[in-house]
Amino acid sequence: MIEEIFQQFRDWIDNRHEYAKEWKEKNTKKIIGYLCTYVPEEIVYAADILPVRILGSHEPPTVTEPYIFAMFCHLCRDCLAQGLKGRFNYIDGIVEGQSCLHLRQTFNAWRLHIPTNFAHYIHIPHGIQNPHAIPYLTQELTKFKKALEDWNGKKISNEDLDKGIKIMNENRELMRKVHEFRKLENPKITGLEAMEMVLSSQMVDKEEHSKLLNKLLEELPKRNLQRNTGTRLMIIGSEDDDRVFMKNVEALGATFVIEEHCTGSRYLWDDVVPQEDRLSAIASRYVNRVPCPSKDWPEFTRIQHAVKLAKDFNVQGALVIQNKFCDPHGIEIPPLREALKKVGVQTYPLEFDVTVPWGQFRTRVEAFLETLTGLEELF
Amino acid sequence: MNQKYPTEPLKIWNEAKLLRGKYYENYLDAHKLGGLRWAGGAWSFSSIPAGLGEDVYSITGEPHGATIAFFKDFTAKCHEAVEAAGFPRTLCAYMRNYWGSILLDKYIRADGKVVDEHPVPDFIWQDHICCSHAKWYQVAKWLEEKKGKKVPMYCVDVSVGYSMDKPLEDFKINYIVRQLSDGIEWLEKVTGRTYNDKLLCEAVWNEINATRLWAEICALNQNVPAPLDEKTMYSLYVMGTLMKHRKECVDIYRKLKTEIEDRVRRGIAAVGNERFRIITDTQPPWGFLKIFREMEKYGVVSLGSLYTFGLIGMWKYRPDGTWAPKDLPLEKPQTREEAVKMIVEWTVDRPEWAHFYQPEAKTKMILSIVKQWKVDAVLLHYNRGCEGLSVHIAENRHGLLDAGVPVFPFEGNMGDEREFDFPGTLARLTAFFESMGLKKLGE
Repeated sequence: MIEEIFQQFRDWIDNRHEYAKEWKEKNTKKIIGYLCTYVPEEIVYAADILPVRILGSHEPPTVTEPYIFAMFCHLCRDCLAQGLKGRFNYIDGIVEGQSCLHLRQTFNAWRLHIPTNFAHYIHIPHGIQNPHAIPYLTQELTKFKKALEDWNGKKISNEDLDKGIKIMNENRELMRKVHEFRKLENPKITGLEAMEMVLSSQMVDKEEHSKLLNKLLEELPKRNLQRNTGTRLMIIGSEDDDRVFMKNVEALGATFVIEEHCTGSRYLWDDVVPQEDRLSAIASRYVNRVPCPSKDWPEFTRIQHAVKLAKDFNVQGALVIQNKFCDPHGIEIPPLREALKKVGVQTYPLEFDVTVPWGQFRTRVEAFLETLTGLEELF
Repeated sequence: MNQKYPTEPLKIWNEAKLLRGKYYENYLDAHKLGGLRWAGGAWSFSSIPAGLGEDVYSITGEPHGATIAFFKDFTAKCHEAVEAAGFPRTLCAYMRNYWGSILLDKYIRADGKVVDEHPVPDFIWQDHICCSHAKWYQVAKWLEEKKGKKVPMYCVDVSVGYSMDKPLEDFKINYIVRQLSDGIEWLEKVTGRTYNDKLLCEAVWNEINATRLWAEICALNQNVPAPLDEKTMYSLYVMGTLMKHRKECVDIYRKLKTEIEDRVRRGIAAVGNERFRIITDTQPPWGFLKIFREMEKYGVVSLGSLYTFGLIGMWKYRPDGTWAPKDLPLEKPQTREEAVKMIVEWTVDRPEWAHFYQPEAKTKMILSIVKQWKVDAVLLHYNRGCEGLSVHIAENRHGLLDAGVPVFPFEGNMGDEREFDFPGTLARLTAFFESMGLKKLGE
């Protein structure tokens, strides 16, 4: 049973477009694509629209050069490539929540070159540590809500917003409960499985996803993974949905017990705390959530959070990944490594591109694991 | 071969050079003079710290990064230090130059002389629209802390978008105004000084006038022959990036405007054999400014760019559709509240902020320059050193080509010479000029 659940997560990822098309036909509702997890899906659900995250396919880029200068990260180019190739031709609109220049460029290229009925950019504040960010974002969300209402021809009531908040909070809470099983001496799920759980939640109807999570939570206590945990690793950095890399590293005698990036725990760590003013409640969540480093200044609060995660999940070593050209994450690499080192967590940096050179990375990761566990005997 | 137009050196040149040199010296010596020094970006609201007193000196990071880039030996050392510290080499080149200077504990003067000890600012005053702006100084603060020096930092979030056709909504303006108002209280707290609103009002008015004057100077380049070339403009616009809020900046721009108007009246050219007018885009590869001299051999003059015009200069579309220097507010501000609101409303129209959000806005402004400045072709610098000013550049290329404007894109880096192929670029550029029907003068 439990293997079927994980297989379902995998199937949803591998067949995400087929799923979305079938969902649309069955429900006769709209679908919106979004690029960054700063888009408040609560409001999209409140509008009775399905939000799906646009991600890349890890194929060498062939179609984006005329639209995005190649010094921008592979994620932003790979996302645009999916649109240019028509793989998201079922979405009715696109929304972006301000995070980095890279994804903003994808949004604008998409808006300009791919037929779309609805395109909205939410100016999520960058200064999340200043006290004016929440009232400001509340106003931005009011604009977003109205734009959705005008486009969809349907008012969004407080009850609708409550429904959207409930859907999102429930899904995040269930995934956090699953994460508790990663703290165990012998974790009940692998890092790859955790990634597939979170990734699929960004691609399918969350109510359906949550039903499966409830089943998973019933089954997990009984699960015996039948594998050595090996070195307890953390993976931290830019957006990462490279499942092959996760699988390969975990085959080297290690388990990713936690990750800190936006296709992992960063996506699900914080809930909306209900308030009378629903939009203000949602704004508070997106200002106070674990931040993308692009918004995390003047204090390094994300790094403090990562240190806490490393302790809570008993991490032995961390792979610090940076998508090439991802400046916000690249800038934080030395302070992050220093902070983790202070709590006894050794780190190793890896630069990711659209495809990962596993041959080289394998040698490097093996060497890193050896430094954490002691050298293997030669013979 | 006879020269087509008369040329003569700028009379103001030495004065401008001295002013720039003094700026770097003042920052270095601020503590000896009993003053304060702060660090931040060229786009920061520099008129706000001016309310702390007349002995407050700043160093703005981008021009400092560009100065380092001009002196390639020191740049290489900065980059080595930053890479050795574990930072990726793909980050903003100015930022890496600046951090390198901290890591090496060296300071470069305007003349290229490197002295020991990077002067630590008393506080950091920055704003944030590009992914790197706040992070740049967050790390600078962290690097100083590692050396045992605590530097307080304040950063204003200005990432509220851009509006071409109508004023930005009040809630967006107020978001910035409130942060600046809090910032004044913060400045008092971290410096222990009493804030002087009169000095603030003066500084705001200076900044508004300086940035308007620079736009007026750039507008004079619509004349044929152009009285200024872009390489010279780099040495002059820098005053606005360093000290746009200071009276010295207003004074020198006023003098410069008078001199350029005189050059226009007398038909004095920047390039004696001007016959083909181009503009560029984004910062140049600072270590290779000689490329402009190579262009002159073909009778090509670079009139500037949206970057040189709009990084500091303030512009606005007029009802007749022309792009022109932005009108001054009717009166000088008299109170703190008026001054803060006025500088925010003035600043949110900065042309170089438009393209961060709307590639169409930048294309529209470039096309206006092409038309009004009688431009024959555009050189687009795909600048690996600055993601902020390279964002959407490929879209701008489409927009220009669609409008029938010849475009020469080239890849480089404003501050890291390892990423600029000078001979290769020159060879391609020569071929481009030949495709435009140009030959080297005298051939």
